[in-house]
Amino acid sequence: MTRTTRRSLLGGLAGLTLARPALAQGAAGRVVVLGGGFGGASAARALRQAGLPVTLIEAEETYVACPFSNEVIVGLQPMAAQRFGYEGLSAAGVTVVRARATGIDGNAKRVALADGGSVPYDRLILSPGIALRFDALPGYDEAAAEVMPHAWKAGAQTELLSRQLAAMPDGGTVVMSVPGNPYRCPPGPYERASLIAHLLKTTKPRAKLIVLDAKDTFSKQKLFQAAWKALYPDHLEYVPLAGGGQVTAVDPGGMTVKTDFQDYKADVACIIPPQRAAPIAASAGVADRTGWCPIDPVSFESRLVPGIHVIGDAAIAGAMPKSAFSANAQAKVCAQAVIDLLSGRAPGAPKLINTCYSLVAPGYGISVAGVYQPANGVLADVEGAGGTSPLDAGPEVRVEEANEAAAWYRTITGDVFG
Amino acid sequence: MRALALALLLVSGAAAAAPVDAPPGASSCSGCHGRHGEGAFGPLAGKPADEIAAALAAYRSGAHPASVMTRIAKGFTEPESRAIAEYLSHQEAP
Repeated sequence: MTRTTRRSLLGGLAGLTLARPALAQGAAGRVVVLGGGFGGASAARALRQAGLPVTLIEAEETYVACPFSNEVIVGLQPMAAQRFGYEGLSAAGVTVVRARATGIDGNAKRVALADGGSVPYDRLILSPGIALRFDALPGYDEAAAEVMPHAWKAGAQTELLSRQLAAMPDGGTVVMSVPGNPYRCPPGPYERASLIAHLLKTTKPRAKLIVLDAKDTFSKQKLFQAAWKALYPDHLEYVPLAGGGQVTAVDPGGMTVKTDFQDYKADVACIIPPQRAAPIAASAGVADRTGWCPIDPVSFESRLVPGIHVIGDAAIAGAMPKSAFSANAQAKVCAQAVIDLLSGRAPGAPKLINTCYSLVAPGYGISVAGVYQPANGVLADVEGAGGTSPLDAGPEVRVEEANEAAAWYRTITGDVFG
Repeated sequence: MRALALALLLVSGAAAAAPVDAPPGASSCSGCHGRHGEGAFGPLAGKPADEIAAALAAYRSGAHPASVMTRIAKGFTEPESRAIAEYLSHQEAP
């Protein structure tokens, strides 16, 4: 449909648009969302709520959420609490197409599906998530991940690491490898380290965790390290980059994790490898040489392929971390921008919020928050806002934030998938 | 019933000159407070705008230093906070 005919059609339907929620008035066009994680499902929900017809393409029948999967690994949360279906989105009026997308033709504006079909769009919101790089760390390929789980995509990997930890004898050594930036969920590896240390302390007191990090600074660092000193002095050893923490190779056969300085023999090894945007992003041409997707910070439209908007972990979102909260916030801003663009309006400059809670032990939560706005072409921190929980807060604040973490998870998953 | 509610909402909305699009930042709130502001962090939907604006002002001033809302509220000016409060007050309560 050409722009002219769309406009004239709109003119003819002007009387009908009153019945629509005000948000989507005048918007016309086919909006397709690809990827049903926190980003894509939130975007589909927001567009539908605004009165737009929307199609969500997702390969899996069930989504497995990453937030709180560290709790599953150590037995503090059942795996069932991570799984969400798409019935709620269907009931809300989203057309859910269960299919694997094999490619995106940005010129023809079509998403190709594995069954040979294709879905046309006027605006595509792409929320593909991450791919683990099995070409980055010598020895660490997909087969190695079955021996040394990454557990960085929730599901079978989460359960594998959980089983390995439960089966490990007391006195064993767990080795974790943490990648350099950027990667999904910046504080996630340190929450995992904390909770594994908690598991060891409470069930295998002679066992130990060694965390090998490819960097020297990380999210909520002071809070994590204060908690480790207080709670896990005998169970968690942290080795930063400067201390020789960069893992250079792994040997799954010998259960060895190697740095330039030392070979670490592991009874359980959790290797979180470097990451990139999921492969569909590169095949669509929206990923750059870094492997991630540059976007306009107002509309989330790709800098590389017009008509495709990229949200969530795959996007280069400046100061915003790759988190479920960020993906949800970006989805709502992107949905509004898509509605504006389809209505012939320029999207206004947004502000976005992120909040991430981490548990360092049951009943001991910490948080980081940020507020972001476009500045000089990227999403930048709003100065004077954001930051972490106070370093000197009392135990009642830690309990409160642990409770808030659980409340956040219930709310956002209900909001997105319920 | 639904149509009547919508009509009433439109009428009352028009009378109060309700903001329709989410002002900058407002759409992020549901990440914790829920789509209709019904989340476990305390309901916001339909709360008086003055109440929400006053709470945001208190957070911004640092009255509750340990709360994550202190760190978030500092990212918004008084007029921005007021616009968010107006928007949330016009959300339908669940």
